[in-house]
Amino acid sequence: MVIYGVALLSFCMLTGVFVGDLLGELIGVQANVGGVGIAMLMLILLSNLRDEKFSLGAPTEKGINFWSAMYIPIVVAMAAKQNVVAAVSSGWMAIVAGVAAVAASFAMIPVLARFGRGDRDDR
Amino acid sequence: MIVDTLAEVLQKNALITAFVFVGILVWFSYLLSARLTRGHLHGSAIAIALGLVLAYVGGRVTGGDQGLADVALFAGVGLMGGAMFRDFAIVATAFGAELEALKKAGGVGAASVVIGVVLSFAVGAIVAVLFGYTDAISISTIGAGAATYIVGPVTGTALGADSGVVALSVAAGLTKSILVMIGTPFVARSIGLDNPHAALIYGGLMGTTSGVAGGLAATDPKLVPYGAMTATFYTGVGCLLAPSILFLAVRALVPA
Repeated sequence: MVIYGVALLSFCMLTGVFVGDLLGELIGVQANVGGVGIAMLMLILLSNLRDEKFSLGAPTEKGINFWSAMYIPIVVAMAAKQNVVAAVSSGWMAIVAGVAAVAASFAMIPVLARFGRGDRDDR
Repeated sequence: MIVDTLAEVLQKNALITAFVFVGILVWFSYLLSARLTRGHLHGSAIAIALGLVLAYVGGRVTGGDQGLADVALFAGVGLMGGAMFRDFAIVATAFGAELEALKKAGGVGAASVVIGVVLSFAVGAIVAVLFGYTDAISISTIGAGAATYIVGPVTGTALGADSGVVALSVAAGLTKSILVMIGTPFVARSIGLDNPHAALIYGGLMGTTSGVAGGLAATDPKLVPYGAMTATFYTGVGCLLAPSILFLAVRALVPA
């Protein structure tokens, strides 16, 4: 049933966000620490286990894949609700700081990508 | 009468209205992509850019801080594009991601989060100094804002920064997230962002969940789970490091 997939996905997300909030409180920061990442790990483990040990069934997978496919439209809606006015009208310092941080981070990617990589042509 | 009734139906069913609206926006963007750029510029990149333009228009018209979602007719866009659905869809993309790629890049992926926070903080702090800020609290708050627009206010509040400085730190973070959304597809090739390994590092270095989500969607949706995975740890690590170790480092460097 499709709802099994949606419920499973929801369960993973709630568990992840819960653990992330607990982690945040544990280390004393006012933020969720990796909640979504933890939820993703649960789902990845599940989807990698399924081939060997059990199978979720096609309708269940549909419930998850639908939300995965809704990702881009949701991101478009997310873009449309950003506070763009605040970003462009706040003066040069904020813009320079943001642009410089992005430029430095982009430049760092190829440097770090050399580490921890197995075979060169491995994708 | 017809117009009033229609407006009422659209507002009552806000989320459904948002589905139709985003559907049309995406369709139009893919049309532009195929006709004007012959597919060179990804349709989703155009859709995200148009979304940001509409967010600007919405913000200008209403004076609110939710972009287009502050226009009553498009309130559903706020729900559809809010953190709840965004995170739900991001988690869903993890289904079917390769465990191997994660294992292989685990160490460098984790390191990239810490390096990313420190790097953005340092760059933001230097810019603050160049623009004439001399006190450690303001410099650290702006540096934290250059990490993400959540780390900025969290750090500013913890350190007791001036509210104007906190607002600037949010603006720096917003600029970063918007630039990552728009800029990623243009630089992807030259920085080698075409495989899960690089995407994990990209997510860790950039850290803005919205920026990474939008940037990878516009570049290659297959890379989304890897980048999003590391990016979700960034804000937490930033909130941990910025008001503590990084602030102490700034205070040691800046004469009080």
